Order: sequence, then structure tokens, then C-alpha cells
Amino acid sequence: MAMDLKEIETLIKEALPDAIIEIQDLAGDGNHYSATVTSGEFSGKSKIEQHKLVYNSLKGKMGNELHALAIKTKEQ
Amino acid sequence: MDQETKDLINNEITNNEVCLFMKGTPDAPQCGFSMAISNMLKILEVKYKGINVLETQSLREGIKKFSDWPTIPQVYIKGEFIGGCDIVKEMYENGELKKILENKGINFKK
Repeated sequence: MAMDLKEIETLIKEALPDAIIEIQDLAGDGNHYSATVTSGEFSGKSKIEQHKLVYNSLKGKMGNELHALAIKTKEQ
Repeated sequence: MDQETKDLINNEITNNEVCLFMKGTPDAPQCGFSMAISNMLKILEVKYKGINVLETQSLREGIKKFSDWPTIPQVYIKGEFIGGCDIVKEMYENGELKKILENKGINFKK
């Protein structure tokens, strides 16, 4: 039940190619991450929609393999 | 999601102005993220109903489908999904949460 930092970044990047992604492994256990995602795709969208774009990019892993990913989204 | 779970969620968000679907209870949260949101609402002195999703497996999965949101906690104000831990925390910090409470006519400590 852990995910590699690179894997998270790759999945987000596939869905949001222009994204600038900063990920931190908060506890060093491969299970608690924080990600700041900056993308042009976010402009004009609500925070809920922005976070959904990131969740969707993780293809159902959020809440399963990935226990905790704190997300911060920024419009480019 | 079965109809019973759907009705249960609809009832909660209709009958309680502010609902927090959480792991554990406001007095004994079982997860740091649920505790964080619970504490923010307490600080703002908002009257809210904490619904423990750990009590019912169908509710734990059902609320994710209902909101189309993969994580818990989840906050509803006057029947509207406001966000999960990250969004509500950000809104708390930048003052947007107070604006929403104000706009929706919910009492809180100003």
C-alpha cells in the first residue's frame, strides 16, 4: 500500500502535460505525500474541479494505494 | 450505491446545515485530516453534524460516489459539497470559508 513519488508525478504529468509538479514525501514512508500542481488547465475552474483533475489523473489510486496526498493547485 | 445509503446521505445534508463526513467523531476523530477540519469548525464555533463513516462500510464507500470525491473528510454546507481536507483548509486560511458561511447564513464566530 505505498506508491513511489516518481509514479505519482508521471501519472499527473500524463493527464496534465503542462503541469509543474512539486511532490514531497512527508513522512518518508511512501504513503504520505504533498503535491503542488501548477497548470494552465486549472484556469477558470473551481478548486473542486481542479482537485478532481489531479485525483482523476491518479486513476483511482487515491484513497486506495495512496493513503494521503495533500493537494494544492495553482493556476498558471 | 444502494438507495438506502443515498437516502441516508440526502437526509443528513438536508437536515443539517453543516455536515462533516469524517473518520471518527468530532470528540474522537480517528484520522488527522478529519481532526483538522473538525477543529477548524470548532474554532469558528460552527454548529455542525459529524457523521462517522467508519460505522458503516456502505456509507464510507457511498459518500465517495455521492460526491464524486475519493477521500474523506468531506464538508457539506446547506446541501452543497464544499470540499475535502485540502480545499477547506485552504479556504479556512484565506478567509473564503467565512465568506461561504456568511453567504449561506450560517452562524459562526466572526
